[in-house]
Amino acid sequence: MTELTTLEAQTYQKQRNQWWDVWDQFKTHKGALIGAGFFIFVLLFVYLGPLVWSIDSQYIDIRARNQGPSWAHPMGTDQLGRDMLARLMAGGRTSIAVGLTAMGLALIVGTFVGVIAGYFRRLDGVLMRLTDLFLALPILPLLLVIIMLFRDPLRASFGPEAGIFILIVFVIGITSWMPTARIVRGDVLALKEREFVLAARSIGTPPHRMVLRHILPNVLSPIMVSATLGIATAIITESALSFLGLGFPSDFPTWGRLLFDGTDWLQRNPERVIWPGLAISLTVLSVNYIGDGLRDALDPRIRGR
Amino acid sequence: MLTFTIRRLLMAIPTLLFISLIIFLILDLAPSDPTGSLPLTIPPEVRADIRASLGLDEPIHIRFLLWLQQFFVNEPLNLFEHWTGWDLGGEDRTRVISWQTRSPVVDIIAERMPQTLWVVGTAYIVGILIALPIGIYSAYKQYSVFDQAGTFITMVGFSIPPFFSGVLVIVIFAVQLQWFPSVYDTTHEVTDWDSLVIQLKQMILPVMVLALQITSQISRFMRASMLDNLSQDYVRTARAKGLTESVVVLVHVVRNSMIPVITVIALGVPQVFGGAIITEQVFKVNGLGHLLIGAIQGGDIPTVQTLTFIFAVLIVLFNLIADVLYGILDPRIRYD
Repeated sequence: MTELTTLEAQTYQKQRNQWWDVWDQFKTHKGALIGAGFFIFVLLFVYLGPLVWSIDSQYIDIRARNQGPSWAHPMGTDQLGRDMLARLMAGGRTSIAVGLTAMGLALIVGTFVGVIAGYFRRLDGVLMRLTDLFLALPILPLLLVIIMLFRDPLRASFGPEAGIFILIVFVIGITSWMPTARIVRGDVLALKEREFVLAARSIGTPPHRMVLRHILPNVLSPIMVSATLGIATAIITESALSFLGLGFPSDFPTWGRLLFDGTDWLQRNPERVIWPGLAISLTVLSVNYIGDGLRDALDPRIRGR
Repeated sequence: MLTFTIRRLLMAIPTLLFISLIIFLILDLAPSDPTGSLPLTIPPEVRADIRASLGLDEPIHIRFLLWLQQFFVNEPLNLFEHWTGWDLGGEDRTRVISWQTRSPVVDIIAERMPQTLWVVGTAYIVGILIALPIGIYSAYKQYSVFDQAGTFITMVGFSIPPFFSGVLVIVIFAVQLQWFPSVYDTTHEVTDWDSLVIQLKQMILPVMVLALQITSQISRFMRASMLDNLSQDYVRTARAKGLTESVVVLVHVVRNSMIPVITVIALGVPQVFGGAIITEQVFKVNGLGHLLIGAIQGGDIPTVQTLTFIFAVLIVLFNLIADVLYGILDPRIRYD
């Protein structure tokens, strides 16, 4: 009877999903665990926070302007009397949405280019030259130029908020796919020589199914790691653009924009700079730690050690 | 090695031409009007004259070729004449003219360059000098308290964007403590000891902000590279020979670990120029980044085109330098 249960336990262990192993390894990385916890907290704060803290971020109370922290306004108010806590939540929603969508776009483009370049030898040279070319472009100056020049027409056709959102997500995504493409291409090149690919080809698997069924699941781990790091760079780039005054307008705040607006009131209310700055830095820090932990957890050579 | 370098240099030419074309097309396709910031009272025909005087009524390929000729032929010739004093008969050579100031773009860049080089160059050197010992020691004592603290600090330095760390040090050191000025005074000239002290004081804050970023990037690389090398067989051999620990680490391991780190340092040089845009904006350093932002906001296409292209040249050049250095330093790498 006892033998049976141990046997059962063993078979149960064998059927364990590999993602549980990843999770077990991930848990051993303290920084990554704290980072993940904090990132979830930030997500709850910006998306569910407005349900608890019901002041509208656009509500102007001019008599309560430039206030320090108090019970009515825990983070004070800005020069128009708008509540900073509500604005921080609204700003975080935009910043994180930009980070996630831009990362998604960069990931799709990067994975596509990387897989195609790695799998189809004829396209490899062309696509990798294109990647090198994009890597040689000076990103920040070009971002500034593109945004400065295309802001107004997009605003006119999609509305002020959606237009600038599309523009910023597009430019960040289109200028940050190159590292992913390179990593994925290298992995695909190595995978292509493995026996299971040969076996799959010998039974006549067509290329599209080969890529979707055999190649992509095996390059998932570098993609996931670059995804987390991509969120961090996207959030920082967006804030940098907002800080240079070329991002979102002031009545549609992001963390970078709040920081930029706060710098004019630095001597009087330094906390107006510190809160959004802390929000950006801590979110990026937590995302970086998650990426660090994921890299270890997804590497089968490190896992279980 | 030499053939590799020559081949890469030849490869760089079409790449750079293509990049300049992309930049030109982006600038040209964008619906911006360089006369848009002029007063509205200017009648349309005068406005058209202004556009014609800027050369905007030429077709696009003529303008692109003209820019290429001005940048690649005329400007180097002018520079050559200036350096050697010879007269090559170039009175009718046209130069790349800024639309904002109506002076040659190259002259403005030469004027702004020292500020950027002073601040960014100092920060880069300071950052490297701090990063290397941290990386070496934290790899040598892996998982020690120093290593944990060092890793955490580099992570923080990685995550704090310069526009926040810059503002933060201004709040602390300029507003609260009032030790250093928050604005970099570009007109300040160093003539004697006192003015040198003032110059150093105003450089501290921007250098600190830039150096934090550089330190965290390079010390992470140094640590990883040291860890790779410390577990290699030649280290055990060196210890078995009875070499002292300091010789093993500082001579054998560090020298080998420096190979990838030096290429990373070379690759980072153009990035620092790009990243300095934000730091220059925060501290009002009147350098190249500041010039670029001003030119973008004023719709000054020749300046933006030339500056962005110079950034691109720097990136391509330092990529090449990194590859060549890698080949020279690491005898295992053969490009032929």
